[in-house]
Amino acid sequence: MNEIIRLEQIKREFIVGEEVVRALRGVSFTITQGEFVTIMGTSGSGKSTLLNILGCLDVATSGEYYLDGVSVRQMSKNDRATLRNRKIGFIFQNYNLLPKTTSIENVELPLMYNRHVSHSERRERAIAALKEVGLGDRLTHRSNQLSGGQMQRVAIARALVNDPVIILADEATGNLDTRTSYEVLALFQRLHRDGRTILFVTHNPELASFSSRTITLRDGRITSDIRNDRIASAAEVLAAMPKEEEE
Amino acid sequence: MDISNLLKICIKALLNNKMRCFLTMLGIIIGVASVIAMLAIGNGSKQSIRAEIGSMGSNMIMISPGNGRFGGVRQSGSSMQTLKLSDYESIVRQASYIDKITPTVQSSGQAVKGAKNTPTSIYGVNEQYLDIRGYEIASGSCFTESDILHANKVCIVGQTVVNELFSDGTDPLGQTIRFGKIPMKIIGVLASKGYNSMGQDQDDLLIAPYTTVQKRVLAINYIQGITASALSEEYTDQAIDEITKILQTNHNIRIGQDNDFNVRSQQEMMETMSSVMDMLTVLLAAVAGISLIVGGIGIMNIMYVSVTERTREIGLRMSIGAKGRQILLQFLIESIIISVAGGLIGVVLGVAAAKIIALFGTPTAVSTFSIVLSFLVCVFTGVFFGWYPARKAAGLNPIDALRYE
Ligand SMILES: Nc1ncnc2c1ncn2[C@@H]1O[C@H](COP(=O)(O)OP(=O)(O)OP(=O)(O)O)[C@@H](O)[C@H]1O
Ligand SMILES: [Mg+2]
Repeated sequence: MNEIIRLEQIKREFIVGEEVVRALRGVSFTITQGEFVTIMGTSGSGKSTLLNILGCLDVATSGEYYLDGVSVRQMSKNDRATLRNRKIGFIFQNYNLLPKTTSIENVELPLMYNRHVSHSERRERAIAALKEVGLGDRLTHRSNQLSGGQMQRVAIARALVNDPVIILADEATGNLDTRTSYEVLALFQRLHRDGRTILFVTHNPELASFSSRTITLRDGRITSDIRNDRIASAAEVLAAMPKEEEE
Repeated sequence: MDISNLLKICIKALLNNKMRCFLTMLGIIIGVASVIAMLAIGNGSKQSIRAEIGSMGSNMIMISPGNGRFGGVRQSGSSMQTLKLSDYESIVRQASYIDKITPTVQSSGQAVKGAKNTPTSIYGVNEQYLDIRGYEIASGSCFTESDILHANKVCIVGQTVVNELFSDGTDPLGQTIRFGKIPMKIIGVLASKGYNSMGQDQDDLLIAPYTTVQKRVLAINYIQGITASALSEEYTDQAIDEITKILQTNHNIRIGQDNDFNVRSQQEMMETMSSVMDMLTVLLAAVAGISLIVGGIGIMNIMYVSVTERTREIGLRMSIGAKGRQILLQFLIESIIISVAGGLIGVVLGVAAAKIIALFGTPTAVSTFSIVLSFLVCVFTGVFFGWYPARKAAGLNPIDALRYE
């Protein structure tokens, strides 16, 4: 299998006043194509810090990070921007959609920064991505006219639109109610079945059983790395849920 | 990324923030417009005074009675009777730098024709007055030496008086009107000169022989002033010196004593007025400058706040692959669009304001300099304060920009 991510002794230290906060104290693992990895851990264990480094939003203090075979540490800022644009789909807990902007425009955004994508192709791909997340009927809704789950699905479509090698999601279901969480999870599972590589950060242990692998962090170190062969189906859980739950 | 994508992003961002855009523009519009209008007022006044000097003839000299500048005791009405006809005659006899010269007496009163009347002024002068002041006779003729000698009751009327008294269209020539109680025969009508820069109607007057005004209207035997013209503009100073000496001798004024008359050239008076106008212009420019600064601060504020407020947006754009340069360009283009559009609107409004002010009688002249200056200052402020905070934000790590609060 293709190796997508390779981390070697990644450390990240923050300097806060006089103090040095060691958010990551040497994390190493590899992720191959087609894996669906859940990263778990208590609050403050360094999950977000790790994911930000993986998403090239932040740089490690030390250690090597290879994305799709390329060392990220030695890259220039601009090259990292291009890398984010072409190879990474990042999903935030708070969606981070542009306000007053339609779903299509939000999803198109990454392609706007890719000059190889023409206007018509951009639109086609944005619509395809929105259809993939089940928002074919919300194309021209503005972000303030959508529900939380819909906004998160727009954000997922935005992460899919550039056909990234890996999708990174930080607490993507953190702001959603249980039912919507499972809907989003089912969506991730479908993307996984279609061959996508996904890294999913959560502090909810229940969600671990839906992925193929679970890495647990504690105090900036990996405490366990477990493969899961019996992946539960979020779609089934969803079907079993009483529909009236919300009322 | 190609520029058309970037422009699309900018226009979308601007449309998403119409109010913010408008407020920023407003600062620029007001700044630019006020500077242009203010400087136009100052400039216009100055220019019209310059034009006045040109049209009046800068070689005009005015002699007025007076008690010197410092004589506190002699400041009574009678002291203003210091000029006599003999002074005028001495100057005529002795002065060599003088071209034309006339004694002047003046009175205000009511001009009456039948049931119509109008308030106006009568100027008692000799026939040279018309040349000195640049009046021309449109019809009829000027009075003669003989009219002056006999204090004949004849007069020349200005166009405004004609319009008031002969609104029915009768030919005023040969008609007799009254000034106060004195009947006067109209022997000439002046060509219209319009208003001067001080807003005075130069056609609202009667001109009569000075003897007539002296004896029949005012009943005085002194004269109120002498108006002369130097041979040419270069001789004005010599002419003033000459006249001063003649009058000093005539009035027995010893060295060190204050003169009991004033001799001033038109040029001098215009320079005084001109410097007053300069001060006014400086004052207006200062006010305009302040509004430009206030406008600039407004622009800075809004630009700075909006970029700071949009740091998260910058973070998001970077997180999906925008390069620092692209972020910068976006903000630069946005602020250029706002600033240039605001600047242009400001120029249009400023010029329009100047034109409107001119309609109300204040002369204005829009200078290219003021347009260029205010436009550049505002656009520069807008662009700089849009660009500078954006540059700061674009230098952040994407995650720091995203987390910005
Ligand atoms: N920008 C920063 N400056 C200083 N310290 C930071 C910064 N970001 C994270 N930290 C510290 O690093 C540690 C790990 O933070 P991180 O956000 O990765 O935790 P987390 O596992 O995502 O927690 P949670 O589940 O609550 O989101 C924390 O102790 C935090 O205080
Ligand atoms: Mg976190």
